[in-house]
Amino acid sequence: MVTSTAHRVDEDTRQKAPAPHHAEVAVSQKQRHWRESLAGYGFLAPWLVGFFGLTLGPMLYSLYLSFTRYNLFQPPQWIGFDNYIRLFTDDPNFTQSVKITLIYVLVGTPIKLAAALGVAMLLNYRDRGAGFFRSSFYAPSLIGASVSVAIVWRAMFSADGPVDNTLSIFGITIGGWVGNVALVVPMMILLAVWQFGAPMVIFLAGLKQVPRELYEAADMDGAGPVKKFRSITLPMLSSVVFFNLLLELIGAFQVFSSAYIISNGTGGPAGMTNFYTLYLYKRAFSDGQMGYASAMAWVLLIVVAIIAFVLFRTSKSWVHYQGENR
Amino acid sequence: MTGRGDVWVKHDSDQERVVQPRPYWNRKRVTTLIWFVALAILTAIVIYPLIWLLFATFKPSSEFGQNQGLIPDQPTIDNYIKVMDGIAGVPMWRFFANSAIIAIAATVGTVLSSAMAAYAFARIRFKGVGIFFTAMIGTLLLPFHVVIIPQYIMFNKLDMIDTYWPLLLPKFLATEAFFVFLMVQFMRGIPREMDEAARVDGAGHVRTFGSIMLPLIQPALVTSAIFSFIWTWNDFLAPLMYITSPEKYPLPIALRLYNDQTSTSDYGATVAASFLALVPILLFFLVFQRFLVAGVATQGLKG
Repeated sequence: MVTSTAHRVDEDTRQKAPAPHHAEVAVSQKQRHWRESLAGYGFLAPWLVGFFGLTLGPMLYSLYLSFTRYNLFQPPQWIGFDNYIRLFTDDPNFTQSVKITLIYVLVGTPIKLAAALGVAMLLNYRDRGAGFFRSSFYAPSLIGASVSVAIVWRAMFSADGPVDNTLSIFGITIGGWVGNVALVVPMMILLAVWQFGAPMVIFLAGLKQVPRELYEAADMDGAGPVKKFRSITLPMLSSVVFFNLLLELIGAFQVFSSAYIISNGTGGPAGMTNFYTLYLYKRAFSDGQMGYASAMAWVLLIVVAIIAFVLFRTSKSWVHYQGENR
Repeated sequence: MTGRGDVWVKHDSDQERVVQPRPYWNRKRVTTLIWFVALAILTAIVIYPLIWLLFATFKPSSEFGQNQGLIPDQPTIDNYIKVMDGIAGVPMWRFFANSAIIAIAATVGTVLSSAMAAYAFARIRFKGVGIFFTAMIGTLLLPFHVVIIPQYIMFNKLDMIDTYWPLLLPKFLATEAFFVFLMVQFMRGIPREMDEAARVDGAGHVRTFGSIMLPLIQPALVTSAIFSFIWTWNDFLAPLMYITSPEKYPLPIALRLYNDQTSTSDYGATVAASFLALVPILLFFLVFQRFLVAGVATQGLKG
């Protein structure tokens, strides 16, 4: 849906270009055109400075740095593809970091979205009283990335913490999640799933737009709940699923502050919270390897771009837009 | 979700009840009750970490590690008193003031610059607008970490490390595409006749923007302001990179000091500080939840 908006601007501009004018207006048409451009660039000026100075320029500079060795104090030294080669052949920490990040993204995101959709459908069952629940579920999304919540999460999952205590009722003894190599990633995933509220709100708004007649018609045909979900709910929600999937996948790759706080900035135990961006940060700002970290940044950018490209490409076959509802 | 369809049908037919009186606990009421209980349990689970945090702030430090239950054995407000002293020789109010200054300035900058950019995208036709719009959408998906290293080098060269410039300058330059996009969407929903009438009357773009468009997109401005405030208040990475003197720390970095320094020695103060840092956001949320939820919902649907 993001591309479609871009298209719409183009259409707008095209339509308006040959606007009919009175004779006296036509004289000043060129001047008016000029004024429009001036106003346009004037209003866009802050954004333009930000885009070129803080986004595009830095991106290109980072691409250059990724082919250099640079520690801030000596000038960058061109080393070709060495950083990239080292990343993929000679850095077990990088491999580990990629591994846990992929687990986090590929396991956490589907669970989070499934929870979001499930709860949204539950909330959609009834309007009265749903507002309170909706707000309560949304709250974690607002604060989830904060340092406070990371501190709380660590306490909740510590040895004999509330989570362990609850599990011990069922005879499960864990002895703390934070120090446990096998459980610290699941703990991080739970922190992500806890923030299901934001995609849930979007799903819920999508569900409200599904025409009830469709379900009524399906009832008459004797369709069961599973059939209705697969043949009506999912197709009607596909554009919303697409949007959530895109944003959540890309967001999950960038998990940083909770990993930093939970591991005190170390990425431990045994590198199990050394998520991609945390490792990148440590390489750049603890080890002063700006070139190496820039190469990591570009690998991330390429991965994100591929994901976005694949999603947009395949979306044609599974996303159904309701043109009139947009 | 069984039988969801039939329940809907029953929803509409109030007159049905008049025709044939039913027992009080009919199927619809029972389903509603189950619905309510299920959601209440789920809410309790979701909100529990916050409740736990609130109660933990009243536990004396010695209780941490022994009493991990919800209720403190010997409730005390010592943690709050201790926390007022702050950390690293800086009182707590200072961290709050720093956070507030940064968040308010960032919010003003974001709302102003994003509204200007959105107006150009939505209402002015000039060469290049289509390409720039596509670029703006592209930055919506750009991982922030791709630009942090060059930005750091740049702000370092400009001698702006340990000032608030690196935190605030990007906000005044509309770098957060989310807000620009939100406002463009909102402006597109406003009939063109509204501002074109003003333009015919001879008002320039500046007047049209200031006295017609801004008042009309007020809900989008409020939503953006709240989100911008909360996100800046929570932001950890940027101040971690740029702010080095403790007296300039915003709250998240001060919390990190607590978190790093204390193993169990002064856990009470850490917990109390964590809670205090959340209070402004939770208050904002309680007051403005409608705006926030609506803002999120429109993001996903329009476009």
